[in-house]
Amino acid sequence: MGKVVVIGGGVSGLEAAGQLARMGYRVTVTEKEDKTGGNVKNWYHLFPDRRDSKEIIEYLNKLTDHPDIQILTGKEITEISSDNGKFNVKSSDGTILEADAVVVATGFELFDSRRKEEYGYGIYDNVITSADLERMFRSGEVRLVNGKVPERAGFIHCVGSRDEKVGNYYCSKLCCVTAVKQAIEIQEKIPSLKTFCFYMDMRMGGAYYEELYREAQEKYGITFIRGKVSEISVNINGRLVVKAEDTLAGRPLRMELDMVVLMVGTEMPEGNLKLAALSSLKCGENRFFKPADNHFGSNLSGRKGIFYAGCCVAPMNITESISHARAAVSEVVNYLKTK
Amino acid sequence: MPASKFGYTLSEPRVIDYEANNRQIAEYIFEHEPTFRLCIECGACAATCTAGQFMTFSLRELNVLLKRGENDIPRQRIKNCMFCGKCILVCPRGVNTRSVIFHAREAFRKTEGYERL
Repeated sequence: MGKVVVIGGGVSGLEAAGQLARMGYRVTVTEKEDKTGGNVKNWYHLFPDRRDSKEIIEYLNKLTDHPDIQILTGKEITEISSDNGKFNVKSSDGTILEADAVVVATGFELFDSRRKEEYGYGIYDNVITSADLERMFRSGEVRLVNGKVPERAGFIHCVGSRDEKVGNYYCSKLCCVTAVKQAIEIQEKIPSLKTFCFYMDMRMGGAYYEELYREAQEKYGITFIRGKVSEISVNINGRLVVKAEDTLAGRPLRMELDMVVLMVGTEMPEGNLKLAALSSLKCGENRFFKPADNHFGSNLSGRKGIFYAGCCVAPMNITESISHARAAVSEVVNYLKTK
Repeated sequence: MPASKFGYTLSEPRVIDYEANNRQIAEYIFEHEPTFRLCIECGACAATCTAGQFMTFSLRELNVLLKRGENDIPRQRIKNCMFCGKCILVCPRGVNTRSVIFHAREAFRKTEGYERL
């Protein structure tokens, strides 16, 4: 039948591996971290239905619990070379995996908020990221660094997305709805809290996203302010002060907050750019892998026998990642059968 | 001596100071007309408004100013509404806009002795 190497053990990689094994192929999954699950394993609840991310992990683990699937963790792939239709997948530890086809499912990494220094991440204690807040949700308590319950919280959208200053023109697509979901959840944990979302545009482009946004306003009383925060400072009382233009009022706005949550965007991981360069794989202007065709070939790399699945080509939610991985499997099967 | 005597003028700060502002008018509307929360500032109400064609009156603008506690402009301009209710027909979020204006006037009247028209 043939052997397939899947690079990346996140949602897309595990989904592709599971589906390939079900069709009778032998699959090796490589994961650079010491655990599979990718970004989703660091999340608490998922939008828009607030399902526990553990359910996704359980589903993927069950799907890939198959005698024809081998999972190698702690293995970062550096190069894919080919010789007469056989692929050699090289790892940073020097080992080489042989394959008849390769699925690249290397995903994304979160934007490093320290690059937006004006927001003070790593400088001010109570400026945290969306990922930090998910960890707090998982631990059960949302508290300030001094242990106190916050009275006011602000969410800043588009941190590392739609921002030429950090070199990212694109919209990360997942953060707006995550902000709405997190605002609701923090409001549920701390009912006395006043919550504000500072946005450039509310991009609720998915099934039931707009409904969630409406619920946030109607049921939870969350205030949405259109305007990108320009900077955060700390006043003499130790409270965070945000400056924004309230673009709908047409006036500058200044407000004190106890906690600020930065909605970090998604980026192509640095290691994948090297993998792309060494393996003759093209990247787009957004630095993610560039598929052969946007409409008909979003799983095709342009190199025969190498396929893309999931967020390595563009930001995708979990539903889309799973669909994209299944589509990649159909391309792999088609390729191996007609080879 | 007034500053103008020196040939200077003083500008009022334009910044919306959220800490200094009083949002009791907005709170009153939230309580009596909860759909006030649902406004997404699209401006359909202002686009269809007859009063707005002839006078300085935009419910969209008043909504946002009231929510920030910037009450001076709404206090003056809210008188311009003629209560025709066309704005309710176009609101995509189902805000009872006419009721919002009614309760805004009520809140001004109760808290600041605003004259009923």
